[in-house]
Formats: sequence, structure tokens, C-alpha cells
Amino acid sequence: MIGIPAIRKEGRAKVLGRARYTDDKTFRCLLYGATVRSTVPRGILKAIRFGEGIPWKEFTIVTAQDIPGENRVAAIVKDQPFLVEVGGMINHAEEPVLLLAHPDRYLLEKARRAVILEVEELPAILDIQSSLDRAQIIGGNENIFKELRIEKGDPASVWARAAHIIEGAYRTGAQEHLYIEPNGMLAIVAHGDHEDQVTVCGSLQCPYYIQKALMNLFGLPADKVRIVQMETGGAFGGKEDYPSLIAGHAALLAWKSGKPVKLIYDREEDMAATTKRHPSRTRMKTAFDEAGHLLALDIDFILDAGAYATLSSVVLSRGAIHAAGVYRCSNTHIHARAVATNTPPSGAFRGFGAPQSLFALERHLDVCAAQLGLDPAELRRKNFLKIGDTMATGQVIQEKLDLAGLMDRTLQEIGYTEKRRSFAVINATDEPIKRGVGISVFMHGCGFTGSGETYLASVAGIEGLADGRVAVLAASTEIGQGKDTVFSQIASEALNIPMELVEVAQADTKVVPDSGPTVASRSTMVVGRLVEDAAYAFKQALIQQGFLEEPYTPELFREAVRRSHARFGTVKCYTQYHKPPHIEWDDQTYRGDAYPTFSWGCYAAEVAVDTVTFEVKVEDFVAIQEVGRVINPVLAAGQIEGGVAQGIGWALWESVEWKGGRMVNNQMTNYIIPTSVDLPRIRVAFLENPHPAGPGGAKGLGELPMDGPAPAVLNALQNALGNLRLDEVPMTPERLLECMEVACG
Amino acid sequence: MRGYVPGCEVKVPVTLAEALDVLAAEPGGWRPMAGGTDLMVLFNAGRMPAGRFLDLSRIEELRGIWEDETTLRFGALTTFSEMRDCPSVHRHLPNLVKSARATGALAIQNRGTLGGNIANASPAADTPPSLLAYGAELELVSLRGRRTVAYDAFHQGYKQMDLAVDELVAGIRVPKPQGLGFHFYRKVGTRQAQAISKLCLAAYARIEGGLIAEFRVGLGSLAPAPVRARRAEAMILGKPLTALQVTAAREALMADICPIDDIRSTVHYRRVVTANVFQQMLEELAHA
Amino acid sequence: MAEKIRLQLTVNGEPRSVEVFPMARLVDVLREELKLTGTKEGCGEGECGACTVRLDGRIVNSCLIPAIQAQGSELLTVEGLAEQEHLHPLQQAFHHHNGAQCGFCTPGMLIAAEDLLRRCPNPDEGQIREGLSGNLCRCTGYVKIVDAVKAAAEGGRA
Ligand SMILES: Cc1cc2nc3c(=O)[nH]c(=O)nc-3n(C[C@H](O)[C@H](O)[C@H](O)COP(=O)(O)OP(=O)(O)OC[C@H]3O[C@@H](n4cnc5c(N)ncnc54)[C@H](O)[C@@H]3O)c2cc1C
Ligand code: FES
Ligand code: FES
Repeated sequence: MIGIPAIRKEGRAKVLGRARYTDDKTFRCLLYGATVRSTVPRGILKAIRFGEGIPWKEFTIVTAQDIPGENRVAAIVKDQPFLVEVGGMINHAEEPVLLLAHPDRYLLEKARRAVILEVEELPAILDIQSSLDRAQIIGGNENIFKELRIEKGDPASVWARAAHIIEGAYRTGAQEHLYIEPNGMLAIVAHGDHEDQVTVCGSLQCPYYIQKALMNLFGLPADKVRIVQMETGGAFGGKEDYPSLIAGHAALLAWKSGKPVKLIYDREEDMAATTKRHPSRTRMKTAFDEAGHLLALDIDFILDAGAYATLSSVVLSRGAIHAAGVYRCSNTHIHARAVATNTPPSGAFRGFGAPQSLFALERHLDVCAAQLGLDPAELRRKNFLKIGDTMATGQVIQEKLDLAGLMDRTLQEIGYTEKRRSFAVINATDEPIKRGVGISVFMHGCGFTGSGETYLASVAGIEGLADGRVAVLAASTEIGQGKDTVFSQIASEALNIPMELVEVAQADTKVVPDSGPTVASRSTMVVGRLVEDAAYAFKQALIQQGFLEEPYTPELFREAVRRSHARFGTVKCYTQYHKPPHIEWDDQTYRGDAYPTFSWGCYAAEVAVDTVTFEVKVEDFVAIQEVGRVINPVLAAGQIEGGVAQGIGWALWESVEWKGGRMVNNQMTNYIIPTSVDLPRIRVAFLENPHPAGPGGAKGLGELPMDGPAPAVLNALQNALGNLRLDEVPMTPERLLECMEVACG
Repeated sequence: MRGYVPGCEVKVPVTLAEALDVLAAEPGGWRPMAGGTDLMVLFNAGRMPAGRFLDLSRIEELRGIWEDETTLRFGALTTFSEMRDCPSVHRHLPNLVKSARATGALAIQNRGTLGGNIANASPAADTPPSLLAYGAELELVSLRGRRTVAYDAFHQGYKQMDLAVDELVAGIRVPKPQGLGFHFYRKVGTRQAQAISKLCLAAYARIEGGLIAEFRVGLGSLAPAPVRARRAEAMILGKPLTALQVTAAREALMADICPIDDIRSTVHYRRVVTANVFQQMLEELAHA
Repeated sequence: MAEKIRLQLTVNGEPRSVEVFPMARLVDVLREELKLTGTKEGCGEGECGACTVRLDGRIVNSCLIPAIQAQGSELLTVEGLAEQEHLHPLQQAFHHHNGAQCGFCTPGMLIAAEDLLRRCPNPDEGQIREGLSGNLCRCTGYVKIVDAVKAAAEGGRA
């Protein structure tokens, strides 16, 4: 079952239009919910007033005062309120202040607009530089939420003797997830004699994050807060932490009204208020010897975290660890900071900090190659990590690693050498279309960073069902990536039964154990491995109970499960994550094995730039990666293609426009993601290199494809246009024009 | 959904006379609605108050494309798809086909109308540059009567039109280009489909005896309303194909436009790219 | 308050009749009044195509259609593609080729693809991409969707 293109489990319901997403579900006596938000980026909430012409008595109204438990979102740091209280600080322009519910959604919207907030405005910090300058102290420790250093060797000792020192500064903008299904939650609260029972269903990635947040919000134990994932129309990290707020809001309204409440964001609200990819600024200083060997790397990496700490500390860690890329370098310093600004909190987005730092490094290497007079591929080849080398954190490469082979395959696939040669000839003419090819080489750490997995101690299980089938029990969510299918492949392989005999339980905290969040490319490798182990344990149990003997047919297996069920009732086998003994990590010094393993990629882009309009078209794209064993080649390719599309979007068009700390292009018509005619056919291939940590040898691949496209596309632009300072994404036509003018003086 | 749906009334006349009656009885009281692709977006986003709508979509008299020796006439309700599907439009007015194809994507083209594109008066609309280049005229009707205005005199400023509150756009007349014609249309949008224009340039030239006998350029997203590039046109009109004063005309064009910075683009980009596209057009014209 | 109207239309071959406000959006009428929740809302501004349905033979964005303009019309929604449990060739192809990942764009995508193949039974890749350019997908990069449409076209159509 592993390695075959099994068909998506829930695919039939999806093509029939029968899959049930949050907004498809309804209840009798349903109320619709709405959120009243601050509109100023920073200030003190003085009063809330209710305007004329609205029958306020008909409304359920929730303010911070109503909150039964703690008015803080339980996250890494508890700094973000569910609702700003009167007298409290407003820290960004989309901060929730008041909640409303009513059965008439049209009237509800009218009412939302009729609430008047009196706010004493304070000066706001709206970008990284002002935050570093500390004109105002707005959060964290002197505006810093997290600061870390990764130190290996001593770059300072190298500068004096290096043949070449090359510096650069790179920036990346915020990126909106733009899952096509906006965020939404449905809540029901049953009032009990002692304790209430809160149930929330919705579009989400991490049911147990939300459970924890709601336990704190209501002061309830775990068994009184149930979170159920509905079919989820895309997430990409955007439904990782913010849904805790939405679920909390829906639940507060349901709790106060005693009725079911549906809280669905429309597109404008979703884009304006929910998280985005962290904007970044990276300064690179690199030293090379005469031959182009990398001697020292000094990196200053800064993320704009927005108004609250949320996940920024871990996004920063991943970004920093990936900042030194796939290259051997004895002297590496990385200084990383996540700073506070009065903008909506930045959050998880596919890649989790790594696309930002890898963009800087991979772009910088092409700048260096030009200055060193080397081909970008050859400069990389001289410096690739190999087995036995150490990475910036001191992690030793222990697996077979052939980056040169991976790169050569990509170069060959795109026709790198011939194209660079022939384009150079045509580009020298006055032909208005200039063409170029560029590459990027990168890695993505699988699973949580550092000791993350150890702290999580995830659990997954297998349950025998009365009809002889089995169910996979895991809190990992199906968000389009194909987790249900992959988990059933893993379980059916381990149990040696057809996939039809494996069901995957809905992610419902009442039914499945806490397998950790569906993030960090960890579902297949980490949770999948737990599923595999649980399946083996389940089989052993059947054998020990005397119901099963090897070898067996699917029918015999089914019979064994049926008999076991009849005899003992439900049998469930769980396994828990334990840190493999050879992995060591120190959270204080950032030394050790940052990840159990990495996936590796080399991407190549061919671009055509129209020098009349400065529009860029990606005409060909090759994405080759090594992700261990591929469990389902079709689903895996789908993940890569989608990730590459998002990466190309981020590289060329996806620009969040800010004004006064608010996103002003928060409509689909003004935030530009690629349509089918804006993209080439993305060509994907996998090199297999099974890894012992993952189920059947699999590693993670969900985030990897976000890391490579932006630098590959901009490097291709450099190849097409010559040495411009292309140091920022998105490289919109407007910016490209500016870069070309700067280059011409 | 941010519009107040229960507060909206709609009248659905089936004849033009009925519709004009409503407009005359309460001038300004009823908002015409054709395909709704502009109105519904505003209404859904809560950017248009609930109100009273006059649904024109059932008025047969406002539909259809007619043709005679000299003119193509479009009923105001002609959709982008109908223009794309009509062989005569392809034959005579290729720029209009290109504008229709470049508008939104198919589902919008099936619904959005030429009359709506004009009367919405967006500076970024994509058919107006073509209509300006072809020297179109509008037929406006009210109970007071029917009048014809040159399209290049219709837009008078940002969302300002020569259209009274009791008037409708009934049709659009476009003279059929005669003789040896040169047609050029280029939309520079935010992406390749489903895109709003950052700028748009349409040109039509008639060439007679090696001279530019007729020449009009229509521009979108470069002024508060769709405009003609009159100064640039003057530099080219009457000149021999072999001696087009490209640089001077380019400079004149810069005086014809007054683009703005907005969330889609910048003044600088719009100026530079307009000049480049214009030059590209002249180079093609020179080789026509 | 405006008066509600009695809206009569044919949906997936069945005559239906509901009382709605004249300016209610067709997407809401379908989802809330007729309980046909297959049609999705992704933006409410005509941009994403998740709400695409076929109205009197042409695809439209149902978030931009006021109920009153759908009076007397004939609609096809995703629920009308399959014959009972028998998948339409396009549904079959999307299922087979992983054309639906999160699935949220899928209903609109299928209606747009059905319309494309009716107008153009043997489309090349460029025509497929143009035909689907009003339907945004954030999961697939469109590759598998294009493959699915190609496969459905090649598979011969009823
Ligand atoms: C997703 C999307 C993409 C789009 N892309 C483009 C694009 O690329 N290029 C482009 O140009 N436009 C685009 N549009 C805008 C829109 O589709 C066009 O402007 C369309 O032509 C409007 O026509 P309509 O019939 O739908 O107008 P409606 O929305 O019905 O009306 C628009 C305005 O015109 C008035 N009006 C309509 N008909 C008449 C009449 N006969 N007499 C007097 N007044 C009248 C109305 O009162 C209203 O003020 C897009 C819209 C959407 C939603
Ligand atoms: S919901 Fe109608 S187009 Fe997006
Ligand atoms: S499959 Fe998720 S948006 Fe298309």
C-alpha cells in the first residue's frame, strides 16, 4: 500500500459536493455571530456605545466582562486577549472588542456597524525599523518577543583573511494564506448543574490547541470542551492559531445566548483580521576564499511578529535554523529576533520562517556567484553539505546525502546549461522579452523544531471496529493534503490488509487522542510513524489474544477483529512519541539536532520578462526533491504543485498593502494569487531515499515546496536581466521597474 | 454579505417605456441594474446602501447586436460573451473582442454588459478604451426623448457622465472601420485573467496612401475616467507611416494622462509602461 | 422592508419554489433555502468562482446574482452532475487524478469544466486553463485539475 497512488479517501464526497464544511451545517434556532473590531492600531479603549436604530434588546452581546475564565488566548505566551476590555490596550487595528449574535444575519451586520468605540489613540509602531528604534515600547521585552543566536566557529576571525566579503540585505513581505474557504466556527454550549459542556465544530488545523484555549477561557476541564473538525477548505498554517480566537468567540456567544451560534468570516474580514506570513528582513555577510569556498556566514534575521507573541518564537527558531541552508561553513553566526508591531499578529504559514531566511540565502548566493565570476550552480556545488558535515547548530549529517546529484537532475530536467547559453544570445538583442533560468537548493526540517516533539509527546492509535474494520485514531486533520488517505495506506501496509478495511476517525477531541497539531510537515513522518507502530501493536494484540495467526488473508483479519470485538468490546492500541536516543537538543544554546531529519529540494524556474511592461511569466518550473519514501506519489505531487504555486505567487504578485496598520487590499480582486493562466505546468519528481524515522521510510513534504520557488524565480530574473539588486519579494512589476532603473543609474 | 437585503426593492420592467416611466416619475429614486457585476460587488461588501433597483435585464429592446453598411450597434445589455461570440465584431472591431476577452473571466463575461461597463464609469473599465479608439457614440434615452452623444464627450470626470438621472444608456454605435485599418489593444492587468487594469491602451488608425488618415487612442486607468490621448494623437495624425515622431508623441502622451498611486499600481509605473506600450504600438503601426 | 417574492426556478431538473427577498443572493438561496450546500462561497465578490453555477446555459457567479434575476431560470449546480450515485465523467476524473484537494473550489471548478467541455469538447491545455481562469484554487497549482479535465475530455463524453 505504501508507494501506490491510492485514491483520496474523502474525494468522492468532495466531487459530489456532499463534503460538509462548517458553513454547510445548520441548526434550528441558530444565531449568527459577528465581531466588532477596533479600527485604530494602538490606543486605550475608553467606552463602547450602542448607536441608534437597532433593537439591541434582541441581540446577544458579549464583552470582555462576560468572560467566565481567563481573557487570554492560551498559547506559548498568554498575551493576547479574546476581547479587549474597557480601559484596556488596543494593540492592532483588527483587535476584537465586542461580539454580537442574532438570528437575522442582515440585521446583525447593520448592528455591527452601529457599535461605536471610543478610543484614545496612541502612537503606533508599524514596521520592523520603528520597532527596533523603540520610539514606543509596545510589547515583548523592549519590543522583542524572541531573540536567539546560533553560533558555530568565529566569523570575525575570517573577515581579515577572506579573498571576498560580500554583503546583502533582503526583505520579504506579508503573505495571505487565501485558503478558499474562509475561517468559521459553530458552537453549542449545554448549561449543566455544575459545569457547562462546550462543543465547537469548525474549519481548523489543530483541535487540541483550541481545546486548551477554550478550557482556559471558560475555566473548564478537558472533558467539558469538545472540538470537532469539519471538512476544511484549505489552511496552510492559517487555521493553526487564529481559530482559537474564533472558536472562543463563537463559544462565548453560544454560552451567553444558550443557542447554537455560527460565526463565519467573510473574505474581507478573514483577510484583514487573521494571521499572515511574517514579513522579514535579513542581512547577510559572507566570506569566500579565492576558489569560492564559503568561509564565514554572518546573518541577522528579523521577523515582524505583529502585536502579540502567538507562534512567533517558534517561527523564528525554524527560520534561523534554516538560514544557513544546505552549505558547509565552519564559521556561522545567526542572530535572530522577532519584533513587535501594531499590526495583526503574524502566524504560521507553510514553511514557518524558513521561506523567509532561505530566500535571503539562496538569493544572496546568486549575487555572490556573479561577483565571484562563477556559475550559481557551480558555487553551490563547491559548498554543499555532505555526510559527516555539521550544520550551523552542530547537527551532524548522518544520512546519505547527494545534493550535487539532486541539483544535476534538476539542471538537466530544465535544460539549465543550454538555456543559459541560448538566452544570453537572445537577451543581448533588442528583443523586448528577456529570458532566464535560476535555481535554488534548500532543505526543510521534518517535525517540530528542537525538543518540540519531545514536549508534545504525541499519541495515536488503532481501534478495532465491530464490523471487523479498523479505525485510525489521530488528531491530525485532513486539510486537503491527503492525510486520511496516507494514514490508511500506512495502517493497511502495517496490517497487511486492503485500504477499504481502514477507516480514519474524524478529528474530534472526544474520539481521538492528542497527536499534536497538523503543522511542521510532521503528520506523515511523526504521527504516521505512531500510526504504523500502533498498527503493529494492534496486530500483535490480535495474535496474542489468539484471534489471528500469520500469514492471514484480509478475511481472516476481519474475522479476528470481529471476534476480538465481540469478546472484549472495543480494543484500542495507542503509541506515544518518544525521543530517539541519538537525538540531542539544547533549547538555551540552540545546539544539537534541530530536526530528526530533513527533506531536500532543488528547484529551477525559467522566466520571461516583458521589458515593455515588466511583467514576469514563469514559463517552466521543475521541482525535484528527496523526501524519503513517497507514500502516495499522486498526493505528494499535488502537495508540491500547490506549494510551488503559492511560492511563485509570493515571489511575484502577493503583496499585502498596509495603511495605518490595516490591510487595505483585503479583497480577492486586489490581493493577487495566481489563476490557472498565470502558472506553467509545474513539473515534479521525487528522488527516494527511505529514512528510518518515518513510516515506511517517509519524511515530511508539506512545507518544503514553499521554500524554493521565490529564490529560484528571482535568480532566474537576475539571469534574464543582469545583475540587479533583486532583493525583495514580491517582485511586482512596479518593483522590478524600480530595480531596473536603479541599475541603470 | 454586508448589504441590507431586506431593505431593497426591485422593479422589473419588461419594456423600455415602462423603465423610463419609473425613472421619470422618481428621478434618482431607482438605480438601474443590468448584469449586476459591479452593483452586486458593492452591495455585498456593504459599500452601497440598501435601496431601490430597476432591473433592466428583461428589457428585450436593450439586447442584441445589429449591423448595417457603416455601423455596428450594440444594445446596452450586450454581454462580453455576446461580443466575443459575434463574427461581425471579430471582423470589424477586433479591439472590442480583445477587451471583452480581457474582462474578468468567463462567468463575468457571461453576465457583465457593455452598457454597465460604460455607465459604471470606472476609469479602469476595459471596453471604453476600445470604444474611444473606434469613435463610438452612445444612444441615451429618457421619456424626454432620445439623444446621441459622442462617447469621447460622455465621461466628464471621476464618475461624472453626461447622463441625466432619468436617462438610460440604450445602445452603443460603433462606425465600422473602412479601408486599411490598424488595430491595437493592450491591457496591463494585475495578472493574466480575472484582473483589473493597471493601465489599458487601445488604438485605431486608418492608413491611406502611406499616411495616417485617422488615428485615435483610448486609455484606461490613467485618468479619472477613460480618456482619449488627444495630444499624442495630434502628433501622429496626418503623418507618413515612414516618419512617425515616436519620441515627441510619447512626450505628448505624458501630458494626456494623470495617473494616480493606488493599491494596484503606482504613478511612476503607469507612466513608464504607458509610454512603452504606446511606443510598441507605434512601432507596430510603422510596420503595418 | 421590501416584500419577499415567490421565486420559481428549475434546479438540476426539478422545479423549485421559494419565498425570498428580491435582492437575496442566488448563492444564499441555493444554500440556505434549497439546502443545496454543494455550491460554495469563497469571496462574495465574483472573484474566486467557488459559487459558479450554470444559469440558462451559461456559467455565472451565484454570489453576484440577485434572486429576482434568477426568476424562471434553469440552474445546474454540482449536485446535478451525478446521476444518482453514478459520477459524471468529470467527477470521476477529478476523483481519480486528485483534482480535489481541500475540495472547496471543486464544485465551482466542476461546473466551469463541464461548461468548457460542452463548448469545446477537445480542449488543449491552454484552452482548459483559460476556461478555468475564473476559478481560483489555492491547493493544487492547477496541474491535477487540468489533467482531470483532459482525461474527462479524452474519455469521451456522453
Ligand atoms: C470578478 C470581476 C471581474 C471584473 N473584471 C473586469 C475587467 O477585467 N474589466 C472591466 O472593465 N470590468 C470588470 N469587472 C466589472 C464589471 O463586470 C463590468 O464593469 C461590467 O461591464 C458591468 O456591467 P453590468 O451589466 O454587470 O453592470 P451593473 O453592475 O448592472 O451596473 C453597473 C453600473 O452601471 C449602471 N447601468 C448599467 N446599465 C445601465 C444602462 N443601460 N443605463 C444606465 N446605467 C446603467 C448601473 O446603475 C450601475 O451604476 C469585473 C467585475 C467582477 C465582479
Ligand atoms: S463566492 Fe462568488 S465568486 Fe467567490
Ligand atoms: S482544492 Fe483547495 S482550493 Fe482547490
